Amino acid sequence: MSLTDFIDALTGRMTLEALPFWKMVQNPTPENIVNGAIATGVAAILVLAAIAVLALLTYFRLWRTVWFDWLTTVDHKKIGIMYIVLSFVMMLRGVVEANFMRANQAVGFDGGFLSADHFGELFTTHGTIMIFFVAMPFLSGVINYVLPLQIGARDMSFPVTNAIGLALTASGAMLVMASLLFLPFSIGGWTGYPPFTGKEYSPDVGPNYWIWAVTLSGLGTTLTGINVACTVYKKRCPGMDFWKMPMFVWASVTTAILMIFALPPLTVATAMLALDRYLDFHFFTTDAGGIPMLYANLFWLFGHPEVYILVLPAFGVWSEVFATFSGKTLYAYRTLVWATLSIAVISFLVWVHHFFTMGQSAGMNAVFGIATMLVGVPTGVKIYDWLLTMYRGRVRITTPMVYALGFVMLFVIGGASGILLANPTIDYQVHNSVFLVAHFHNMVIPGTLFGMLGAYSFWFPKAFGFMLDDWWGKLGASLWIVGFMLAFFPLYAVGLLGLPRRSVAYSEAAYTPYTVVAMLGALVVLAALGAMFWQLYVSIRNRDALNVYAGDPWDGRTLEWSISSPPPVYNFAVGPEVFARDAFWEEKRAGHAYQIPDQWEDIELPANSWLAPILFFSSFTLTFGLVWHMWWLVILSLLVVVGALVARSFVIDRERTIPADVVREEHLRWLKAVREAPSAPRELEVAPGNWGRPQSEAGVPE
Amino acid sequence: MSQARHPGLKLGHEHDPGSGEVEALVFGFWIFMMSDLLIFGCVFATYVVMLPQVADGPSAAELFHLRGPLIETTLLLASSVTIGFALLETKHRADKRRTTLWLAVTFLLGAGFLFSSTHSLLGHLENGAGPSRSAFLSAYWLLVPLHALHVAIGCLWIAVAAAQVRIRGFDWVTTGGLLRLSIYWHFLDIVWIGILSVVYLGAMI
Amino acid sequence: MSHMDKIDESGGQMESRADERSSYLRGGIASVVLTVIAVLAVVSDVLPDWAAWTTIAVAGILQAVAQLHWFLHIRLHGQAWEDLQLIFFTILILVLMVGGTIWVMGDLTARMM
Repeated sequence: MSLTDFIDALTGRMTLEALPFWKMVQNPTPENIVNGAIATGVAAILVLAAIAVLALLTYFRLWRTVWFDWLTTVDHKKIGIMYIVLSFVMMLRGVVEANFMRANQAVGFDGGFLSADHFGELFTTHGTIMIFFVAMPFLSGVINYVLPLQIGARDMSFPVTNAIGLALTASGAMLVMASLLFLPFSIGGWTGYPPFTGKEYSPDVGPNYWIWAVTLSGLGTTLTGINVACTVYKKRCPGMDFWKMPMFVWASVTTAILMIFALPPLTVATAMLALDRYLDFHFFTTDAGGIPMLYANLFWLFGHPEVYILVLPAFGVWSEVFATFSGKTLYAYRTLVWATLSIAVISFLVWVHHFFTMGQSAGMNAVFGIATMLVGVPTGVKIYDWLLTMYRGRVRITTPMVYALGFVMLFVIGGASGILLANPTIDYQVHNSVFLVAHFHNMVIPGTLFGMLGAYSFWFPKAFGFMLDDWWGKLGASLWIVGFMLAFFPLYAVGLLGLPRRSVAYSEAAYTPYTVVAMLGALVVLAALGAMFWQLYVSIRNRDALNVYAGDPWDGRTLEWSISSPPPVYNFAVGPEVFARDAFWEEKRAGHAYQIPDQWEDIELPANSWLAPILFFSSFTLTFGLVWHMWWLVILSLLVVVGALVARSFVIDRERTIPADVVREEHLRWLKAVREAPSAPRELEVAPGNWGRPQSEAGVPE
Repeated sequence: MSQARHPGLKLGHEHDPGSGEVEALVFGFWIFMMSDLLIFGCVFATYVVMLPQVADGPSAAELFHLRGPLIETTLLLASSVTIGFALLETKHRADKRRTTLWLAVTFLLGAGFLFSSTHSLLGHLENGAGPSRSAFLSAYWLLVPLHALHVAIGCLWIAVAAAQVRIRGFDWVTTGGLLRLSIYWHFLDIVWIGILSVVYLGAMI
Repeated sequence: MSHMDKIDESGGQMESRADERSSYLRGGIASVVLTVIAVLAVVSDVLPDWAAWTTIAVAGILQAVAQLHWFLHIRLHGQAWEDLQLIFFTILILVLMVGGTIWVMGDLTARMM
């Protein structure tokens, strides 16, 4: 074997052209320079940020902490926090990409400043990142953090599997990030439709990145779904039957069931696409009998339930937020549960509405159109239930409530445009236009994203022991709402005027005013993100004044508020028993909260595991090798993966025990702090002076 | 037997220190298997959709014979019974030697299945009926090797499980592992019923 | 010998070893019989196509049920409701996905002709 052969085997299909600046250097046309400069700048920022993080960790001697407290942890609370951090990092990239696209379209009359390929990469990574690496990790993070606390459990059913789920998701995110350094990413959109993404029309490695990133995320999500479902079925505390579970728990378990049953078609579709690309199979090719339409069918068998995977956890969050900040129990709880379950089942019956124009018969379209409109019924029921929860309550406008009110108004508008699109005859007119882009952003931004940001504002004090600054929070929420409206309402109009989605340029001058307003909206959203980061900084700086160690800053209703903030590693000093749906609220009402337990027991917790970090690195190298056809790396990584799994099965599960004395001491110290905390009236809820010990309204008749 | 909470193979009682964990593990594994079943479901649907897409290549009727698949059916069915016997030895006698013996028999039957299956797949490849020939053959080469891959993973698992029983004896981790292994193995047999019916018997009609 | 003994001591509702052994054998025999029926339906060449398909389908479903019953010991009674929920929901989704895919793709193919 000659040296050239060796290097070829080593680098697979990677050449110098993979570097972001190569094309610009080789062929310095103005277009190449603009696009190359942007790509190189972004890559440089990424590299510098990575170096800065590594340097800071080394400087502050944090490696031990990172390894023992975070990377190898199996604590559901820390895993939840890491999910959300990952989500925020990826969100930053997604929002910046959106700004580039909006800016390009604002000057897109007869051509913008981005090349078509660059624009294609932007809308593909934007969609892929926002769905799979922002929304999904965020909701997984919130569920991970909150769910075990709400059901009175010490951890999830499978703590190590939980860590692996995060590891796989994070390594998928890292793969998308790696595509900034080693170009190109796919330009086939977040749905990756063949035959365009097949090897005949996309011979470069771009779609490979997309396939493996999505596959990793899908595997991680399936594991999370299994874990959540099993946890809810098996780990509820005594007394908590199904009809006493908080609404967020119902939403989580329904989401988990959707994850378990909706991800398989995606796995199959991407696996088949990979076989087409790597091994010359003919599932979706235009020759040898391939049927590209089958891909669309399989993808949306996943894709539609996915929409509800995204939105149901947010519905759970809203149910908690509206009840808490209205000081009332949730209106029509059982109806909400049935509505949630109905949505889950109907979500498997509507997938064809994503390709009404593919050519099936009108009768079939009518069936799926009607099924789609049916979704509006349980969703409408939910909206009314939340409104009636506020009715005659003492509503307090806090940051989560600003998101919630923005959600209710905007989500109804988005839902209405969805009912329009559910009509196949209308869909034929507006499909593939930015009207559709406006519609689905109108669902996922106010629906999912506001829900997650609301959850962040709501449970942050629980996780970290201090409040988030309210003024900056409200500013951030308001900017999100205004920015969203500016960015997407014009798209409804310009979509009706005929602007196709994913257009790098257009030839109709009348579109320009709309795209300019939309660009301003995207800038406002960027400012909203800035406000949120500033809020975090301000709050950390003032953390002593914002302290809520006593644990109940919002006069909460469910079990997670009955413990300290942040919670001890074992969550509950003594396993709780519940007698009512609003378990903690009823305890406060009866005057039984904060009792000293009679007896203390040693608590056993699962020990740290090195499996997740190993799988994180090896699944990244495995998929990176697959992307670039570096077979030596693939084989090596595969051996590590299988070896680690087999080796792990021989490791006897170690548990670490927290002695009863330690538990007792910690718990009594907290109870003392609760007794000493000045009890805050609701007017002081968001000001410094809320010590997490409310003058509860639980005693006041509702 | 109404005491056991998880479906399928009954192992223990709630008084047992490890049985809570085993119960959750087994339930979680069932959920995972259901997810895997849906993967097979989508692949089956693909196969049915692709049946006419032969692109002037060989069709199912021209390609498949019953001899190999029936041998494979026999081997897999027998292995389903033998892994059950392995579990009985675990459960009623906690007998390491007999458990590993039955596991070894199961392993051999699984290996025989893989041998027969690989043999017929290689035969198709030599006859120019590889996955690149047509969309129909792509679907066939997804469905049958996917099942065979599951069997191969199962064989590896059997080897690991037998080693664990030998090394660790029967604690709740190894017995829980054996339970899940046997669920997995029975599940593969059920999927095989589908393959035999839809792919091979269907081709004869 | 660990906790295996304890099970039998505290239990008593556990099936005996002989019972369980015969359960596996019964499952094996039922599977063989159903397979033979399905094969005969096809190779004998006396049945019309639709009848052959129906026989294969019924024999296949019965065999799956037989294996669930005798190999995996799944029963309609004496089992926690949540486990059956799981299995029934899976079957529902399986029917929707497989049936839906074949319906949609069949319709599309027919209109392409």
